[in-house]
Amino acid sequence: MMLFFGGMVVLNRNPVASALSLVVSFLALAALYVSLDAYFIGVIQILVYAGAVMVLFLFIIMLLDLKAESRRQVNFPAVCGGFVVIILFIKVLSDVCYGFDGGNAKFPPISQGPQGDVWHVGMVLFQQYNVALQVVGTLILVATIGVVILSKRELK
Amino acid sequence: MVTLNDYLFASGLLFAIGFAGVLLRRNVIIIFMALELMLNAANLSLIGFSRYNAHDGLPDYNGQVLVFFIITVAAAEVTVGLAIIVALFRARQTTHVEDMNTLKF
Repeated sequence: MMLFFGGMVVLNRNPVASALSLVVSFLALAALYVSLDAYFIGVIQILVYAGAVMVLFLFIIMLLDLKAESRRQVNFPAVCGGFVVIILFIKVLSDVCYGFDGGNAKFPPISQGPQGDVWHVGMVLFQQYNVALQVVGTLILVATIGVVILSKRELK
Repeated sequence: MVTLNDYLFASGLLFAIGFAGVLLRRNVIIIFMALELMLNAANLSLIGFSRYNAHDGLPDYNGQVLVFFIITVAAAEVTVGLAIIVALFRARQTTHVEDMNTLKF
């Protein structure tokens, strides 16, 4: 399902339909995270991607009032080149995946004990990666200031 | 029984779809969404390996923290990118990449 809607993102001509397929694809991806026992990341995925990022995308699409793309003169060698690259990529991918014996082993069982998933992620995040966390916070601050400046500036 | 390979293959296919979107589509916003798909494919394989490397009954949380950072940086990147797209649209009235050829030699 995730792959189907991921394909729809690329195949749809209408940007709004494409964005909505992206939401469904991200929700299915969050379900996969939960099936891998990563509850915290699954919830964050839904909140950040399916919530914030997709609202932003839809807002921009509505703001720019994009219509479905009209069919253009396609650059034929470029499209062929694109398909060839993708097919070679999938070929290499399947070779690697099915040549990797370790991948066929079962997942080791896990038991999380009294503390939940969020507790463990929080411990690792705030103890081992505290500096990185603050750097990322600064990055978001800088990105916010950059966006404000970028959208306030008068275009010449 | 679902194995690690299935998750890795799904992640690789998702990456290929995103890659195809970047190469084949000509609308900046859709190229941007395809970039998001590629980032999420990387996240899926990271979570898969994190679960696979479980020890003492716990997944490897380093991988999940890395995914957390990737999501944060991706969100920041989306805001900046969309601001650039809006600025470009105000200057050019288009989101079609082939109409943006000022830098082309």
